[in-house]
Amino acid sequence: MPVVRLRAPLSELAGGRRELELDGVTVAEVLRALEREHPDVRGWILDERGLIREHINVFVNKDYGREDTPVGAQDRLHVLPAISGG
Amino acid sequence: MTQLLVGTKKGLFALEGQAGKPFEVTSRAFAGEPVEFATRDPRSGRYLACVTSAFYGPKVFYTDDLAGEWEQADGLELPEGAEKPLERLWTVVPAEDDGHLYAGGAPGVLFESTDGGATWELNKAFWDQPTRPEWSPGAGGMCMHSIATWPGDPSRIALAISAVGVWLSDDAGQTWRHGNKGLYPRYMPEEAREDTIDLCVHNMHRAPTRPDRLFIQFHGGVYRSDDAGESWVSIADGLPSDFGFPMVLDPADPDSAYVIPLVADLDRTTPEGRVRVYETRDAGASWIEHGDGLPSDNAYLTILRQAFCGEGSGSTMGLYFGATSGDVFGSGDAGKTWSTAVTNLPPVHSVRAA
Repeated sequence: MPVVRLRAPLSELAGGRRELELDGVTVAEVLRALEREHPDVRGWILDERGLIREHINVFVNKDYGREDTPVGAQDRLHVLPAISGG
Repeated sequence: MTQLLVGTKKGLFALEGQAGKPFEVTSRAFAGEPVEFATRDPRSGRYLACVTSAFYGPKVFYTDDLAGEWEQADGLELPEGAEKPLERLWTVVPAEDDGHLYAGGAPGVLFESTDGGATWELNKAFWDQPTRPEWSPGAGGMCMHSIATWPGDPSRIALAISAVGVWLSDDAGQTWRHGNKGLYPRYMPEEAREDTIDLCVHNMHRAPTRPDRLFIQFHGGVYRSDDAGESWVSIADGLPSDFGFPMVLDPADPDSAYVIPLVADLDRTTPEGRVRVYETRDAGASWIEHGDGLPSDNAYLTILRQAFCGEGSGSTMGLYFGATSGDVFGSGDAGKTWSTAVTNLPPVHSVRAA
């Protein structure tokens, strides 16, 4: 299963976990799985439309990902605050 | 008597006074308009201001007399068909040739003037960089905020952009190349850090008496280069935080740099509610904390990238910075002691000694 890597404060919302294995074949599916497993994350990465928030970057391994970017079982998703925020 | 040009969210303020004492506001221009940056070209005495009207877009204005009229400069626009309009102008810097100036702006653009700032032309070689479609902005847009000329050699220029790293030219801006080796972007995944060009430089300065040395305040990191910007080494050890925006050098001392750390990208305020300036005099091997006279109790200030400047050099060097709180602080002894120059201005974008 793909691995999602989180930093604070998102890792705190995910029960203190910085790495989680989650189901899904697209970025959006994996992030929805994260929300199901850790409901406190809901609304922090994906907005109410299901889109990645403007100042959040989701990488699939080393490349920028979007909601529909395919994710394989060996991939790592990094969820990071964008430098465009703050 | 020192004259300060303070660009704010609501106009340009000219202040006069002596470091260590309160300053007086002597004039205000562009009332209500965001003034990103203002400076005085020491060669001509001309004042130049970057003004970004929310209604009418970014402009450069100039005047030879602060009490007189400002004129609008021509030519600060992007080519027809550009994906975005010119968004903001972040800096104006005198070049090495007489009457020659550079201006940097967003989205990652360089302009040149050869008539003292009255007319400008886009640097096409930089505009046409083939990787431009992949460039990413920082929080303030894709701003070219730092333009470091080489004293005595007009052909050598270094630029810095948030967030497209350092660019170097050895032919007066006809060709450009990256100068990013050693910069370490913590905000990227580990596997992407080596190759990325999403490098968020917040400020860059060249040491005038040793021009192959430059200093950078990065988006998480403080760096020094001793090879004209080709490569960089971390000098952040000893700082309370390696995040911040502004930076000043003592022009007479190539081992010197001043920074004003903020907590982090997610909390852009002065650490522990105390305002402190940090100085190195050994090229970053160690840092000296200065807070005497600065707010130290529940002072959560934000100091923006152009809001810190120096005047003169050595032990009597003047240092001035302004915060988004509207306060401006000054030191007349190279940072050892500070006092409040003025309070209650609009949020401060830039401070330059005229």
